[in-house]
Amino acid sequence: MQLLDVHKSFNVGTPIETEVLHGIDLTLFKGEFCAVMGPSGSGKSTLLNIVGLLDRPTRGTLTVCGEETTRLDDRALTRLRGHNIGFVFQYHHLISAFSAIENVMMPMLGAAGFPDAAMSERAAELLEYVGLTPWRDNPANKLSGGQQQRVAIARSLAMNPPVLLADEPTGNLDTKSADSVFELLRRFNREQGTSVLFVTHNPVLAQRCDKTIEVIDGTIVDRHRGAKAASDADLLL
Amino acid sequence: MLNRWTPFEWIIALRFMREGRMQTAFIISGVAIGVAVIVFMSALLSGLQSNFIRRVLSAQAHIQLLPPKEVARPQRDVEPGADNSVYGTIVQPPLQRVRSIDQWQAIARHIGAMSQVVVVSPEAAGSVLAVRGSASRAITMIGIEPTQYFRIVDIRDKIVRGTDRLNAADILIGTELASDLGVDVGDKLRISSALGASNTLSVTGIFDLGNKGANQRTTFVALHTAQSLLGLPGGVTGLDLTVRDVYAAERIAQRITAATGVQADSWIKTNAQFFTAINAQQTSNTVIRFFVALSVAFGIASVLVVSVVQRSREIGILRAMGISQGQILRVFLLQGGLLGMLGSIAGAALGAFALILWQQLARNADGTPLFPLSFEPVLFIAALVLATLTGLGAAVAPALRAARLEPVVAIRG
Repeated sequence: MQLLDVHKSFNVGTPIETEVLHGIDLTLFKGEFCAVMGPSGSGKSTLLNIVGLLDRPTRGTLTVCGEETTRLDDRALTRLRGHNIGFVFQYHHLISAFSAIENVMMPMLGAAGFPDAAMSERAAELLEYVGLTPWRDNPANKLSGGQQQRVAIARSLAMNPPVLLADEPTGNLDTKSADSVFELLRRFNREQGTSVLFVTHNPVLAQRCDKTIEVIDGTIVDRHRGAKAASDADLLL
Repeated sequence: MLNRWTPFEWIIALRFMREGRMQTAFIISGVAIGVAVIVFMSALLSGLQSNFIRRVLSAQAHIQLLPPKEVARPQRDVEPGADNSVYGTIVQPPLQRVRSIDQWQAIARHIGAMSQVVVVSPEAAGSVLAVRGSASRAITMIGIEPTQYFRIVDIRDKIVRGTDRLNAADILIGTELASDLGVDVGDKLRISSALGASNTLSVTGIFDLGNKGANQRTTFVALHTAQSLLGLPGGVTGLDLTVRDVYAAERIAQRITAATGVQADSWIKTNAQFFTAINAQQTSNTVIRFFVALSVAFGIASVLVVSVVQRSREIGILRAMGISQGQILRVFLLQGGLLGMLGSIAGAALGAFALILWQQLARNADGTPLFPLSFEPVLFIAALVLATLTGLGAAVAPALRAARLEPVVAIRG
């Protein structure tokens, strides 16, 4: 994944036009676990939304899995997003009308159109992976905060995406749960080779990532390698 | 667990409806009440109209063919070489003598062959005097061929005393005339026409047409008897016919006139005021149905708009995980359609229940239903289809709104 000179402005063409990203250049290599830090309002979430194809840059180019996305229409962006990018948000955003396992099946169901046994098996595996097998049939809104976030992680991994975007997934959790969620993402990153962009305010967690970038006022001001840099960070996604 | 035969959009729509069960129940109830009102009103008005029309048409033909009227002709100079000038421009309206329809047998055969026509019956009718001792009454004598005419106006149902036998020396009279002249079944009546012809006929039956005037004036005799009394040997003064679709009577009458040149009056024309009243009733019913449907549509739309707002985060996250705009659109359209359909099923049941209840409660003094109601399946099917389509239509705006939600904005809330 590569961003070249990405700018993002809001209220374009109005007197209150505001540019929040000023020429971001960023490359996320395959299997890389990159922390994004910065104060609130610095543009981290906007950056993540653009990387996740939820929003379009005002200027600059974004390449995801070898595909330049600037000229893609909504349908193509949706398909690319569905198959290649997983999301974990600060708030879990589970669909309360469904159980834990059904929430995990949702991306697969949306892509295929009809449920099948393979989806159910895959969802059960993921729930086992995040340690929630006993709660698989519980309604999503009856789980604890930490459990809900783990279901959200399992859901984000359902399509086995090459890229996972996590926007402060530990922000609402206690230290123990936050550590557990981070470890879960790290483990999946190592085992599946999934690239992860991990927004956090927690410097301890950031230090455990391969790479950290710091965004201040819409600009990347600092890049440094974490303690355990990925050795295979040479393959561009 | 999820049923493998259920498409994604159905799964989401049904779960959303189930989760918001209070909202769903309220709007289904609202739709049900609307549909019940439409079903109840439509069946009631349709029953009322059928009853009116049946009553009107039980005593008259759907179409009546009449001989041409005498018209005034100004005198002209017809001598050869004359200037064809009119001698008198003010002419007196001519007298309308009793005339026969020219070539009526051929016309009757031609009309009888038409697919829309059920029965053709000739009649010879005119005014005569009924005399009994020193009492006399001016009456309308209708000469008929009973086998055909009784299929148009079933006098047999209206006979209160005697039989419907109608031979050459028989006459059927109304209850009022029988009372006025003091006759009963088996008594003789002398019938005299304006031409001076007279005949003594035997009362074989007394009928009640449900109208005092008609019971006073109307009498039935055999066609040949009437022809000889009215001086119309072999002739008829009218051809009565019934058609399959009573509402098409006027159209068929016009076609008959065009084909035969004989004046044909439909029941719609002869009962113009009554028909106007029926049309007004139908129009008001349509207007009421339209506004009920409109309120149902707004009800469904408002619930779905609220649902879209409430679920905007969920819509956003679904879009983030690759669910297309089309899928989101279908989820909300389905909800609208399902709300309309479920509401209409409940409404049809409620309407049917109200009709049964009404039939039990609204009764004549003798305990019979005020008028029969018809439970036509087509009414219920139409209500179901219309309510479902209304639900779908009402869901278009909220569904578009949901589909067009920007994922980022939706997730942010």
